[in-house]
Amino acid sequence: MRRFTWFNATSLTLGFAFLYIPMIIVIIYSFNDSRLVTVWGGFSTRWYGELLQNEAFLDAAWVTLQVAVLSSLIATVLGTMGAYVLVRGGRFFGRTLFSGMMYAPLVMPEVITGLSLLLLFISIGLDRGLITIVLAHATFAMCYVSVVVSSRLVSFDRSIEEAALDLGCTPFDAFRSVTLPIIAPAVISGWLLALTLSLDDLVIASFVAGPSATTLPIKVFSSVRLGVSPEINALSTILIGLVTIGTITASISTKRAVLRRKREEQMAEQMT
Amino acid sequence: MPENVFAPWNDPAEKPLIQFKNVTKRFGDFTAVDDLSIDIYEKEFFALLGPSGCGKTTMMRMLAGFEKPTSGTILLDGKDISPIPPNKRSVNMMFQSYALFPHLTVYDNIAFGLKRSDMPKDQIDDRVQKMLKLVQIEKFAKRKPEQISGGQRQRVALARALAKAPKLLLLDEPLSALDKKLRQDTQFELMDIQEKTGTTFVIVTHDQEEAMTVASRVAVMNFGKLIQVDTPTQIYEAPNSTYVADFIGDVNIITGHAVGVNQTETIGSNDTETVSITWAEGQQPIIATTAQPTLTGKVSFVIRPEKLNITAERPSDASNAFQGKVLDIAYLGNLSTYHVEMPDGQIIKAQATNARRRANRAFTWEDEVWLSWTDTAGVVIAE
Repeated sequence: MRRFTWFNATSLTLGFAFLYIPMIIVIIYSFNDSRLVTVWGGFSTRWYGELLQNEAFLDAAWVTLQVAVLSSLIATVLGTMGAYVLVRGGRFFGRTLFSGMMYAPLVMPEVITGLSLLLLFISIGLDRGLITIVLAHATFAMCYVSVVVSSRLVSFDRSIEEAALDLGCTPFDAFRSVTLPIIAPAVISGWLLALTLSLDDLVIASFVAGPSATTLPIKVFSSVRLGVSPEINALSTILIGLVTIGTITASISTKRAVLRRKREEQMAEQMT
Repeated sequence: MPENVFAPWNDPAEKPLIQFKNVTKRFGDFTAVDDLSIDIYEKEFFALLGPSGCGKTTMMRMLAGFEKPTSGTILLDGKDISPIPPNKRSVNMMFQSYALFPHLTVYDNIAFGLKRSDMPKDQIDDRVQKMLKLVQIEKFAKRKPEQISGGQRQRVALARALAKAPKLLLLDEPLSALDKKLRQDTQFELMDIQEKTGTTFVIVTHDQEEAMTVASRVAVMNFGKLIQVDTPTQIYEAPNSTYVADFIGDVNIITGHAVGVNQTETIGSNDTETVSITWAEGQQPIIATTAQPTLTGKVSFVIRPEKLNITAERPSDASNAFQGKVLDIAYLGNLSTYHVEMPDGQIIKAQATNARRRANRAFTWEDEVWLSWTDTAGVVIAE
């Protein structure tokens, strides 16, 4: 299968070019000395310096981070609880309806989610700001968390929980000391998903953000509409760098865990 | 019955540990357990045997507290256990999947229940060490469940369930995940551990050999009802129905019409009566004895293949002898099963032990042979 053919080489090159050329251009132009984005004026890191002086961007970044952490935590707790009830709650009236409703926001256009949240916040008289963005993000992210956690719960051997009850745990104790540690990887990946969704979101945030709090995606989007400044390129490069580091770290640690498990299994086999 | 034989079920003074009283369990329209009553005694190794869906697992789950009976009561030590949640019952369970906690070491798995009991902290370690020793897994105390083999996991599950010294231990198909050889060794070990700890064991299994090997009594179930509850020997040698006879081991079932011969004899303490069964046209009737008085009408005559003699000549002294033709031979190593076709087309199986290593097979395909058996070799069951 590992044959080198010109067809393979070409399709690989084209594919990666398609994916990465835009990003490479952004990275290259972030080191452009010229104020004009399309004209190369020599190498410089001045836009990174200016970015760090830009209060508006830094504020927006800080807001984004706060929103992401808070909303993803709320979404993780609520999403895990929802998944647990839907998977473990047994049959109850309207269960299918509930689980359908849990997944509906996944396919709902963001514009509608944003608009309906906006209407809700106005009608209850909640001032738009940090809190409304946190609530909105928690709302749509908890569905994603719930999907991730419930897929783990479905494949999880129910008798492990029963064994905990059998050995003297109250239902809450069984959840805390047995279920939660076992589903922890799914809960963590759900949380990471909620975190990235929140960091990423533009549409919903633009509906529910107020003058007192603006997230980074909104800030970037609105400043690009006035013309792309080289500062944006620098910011994008930093973000690309962070994401790359994060992805590489995650994949290395997964690979290590797999290797370790394989080694342990081999050891166990040798012992018998 | 001799004094030293363990048979509390025959002693009216003995109090049962568990009593099912008219217990019914329904799931929607499906009746899993149907108006079932049974007594299980202390120190028994009691097997619930039946095909899947017969209600045996439901009975076990009701004992553990994971299911509540729809009607009827279950008494443990004379007390109704229905309102008691599983974590408050002195009943522990060994799960079919073992259900070990994957995030805890073998040691912590065994200590899990003890830490949630009122046992003082300094005694927990002693108890865990004792359990590790009992099931011979001291070496693996620090390992996680995924770092040990299937057989070792099974031992951990057993040790964990026994750690709290429950009054009753439930075993749900405990050996089904092991390969045959390991399973047989473990069966003897289970019996040994049961004897050492003096705990009452209730085992659920669909493997009749396993039930026969380990249990003091076997309950054969079907469609939520008990068909027969008896010792393994009685279940095998004196099945009360063709269902039990067919479910346990290999069997020939011959249907016919019984006529009493009115020849009552006393063997031991049981009065037996001889009946003659007409079963095929042009054949001598089968002569058999039965403990059931005046059994006439439509009956099934049930006889195990190893109770038949297969010979070339007609034996002179047998009560029953019929000629047939060898149709098939199954060589199993330790024994051979001959499928013999009777003149009317019925096929009767007969087994012969291969006691000698290099004997030429006495019979081959198409040979005319005689099948014979004594009048006590089979069981007569009314239809």
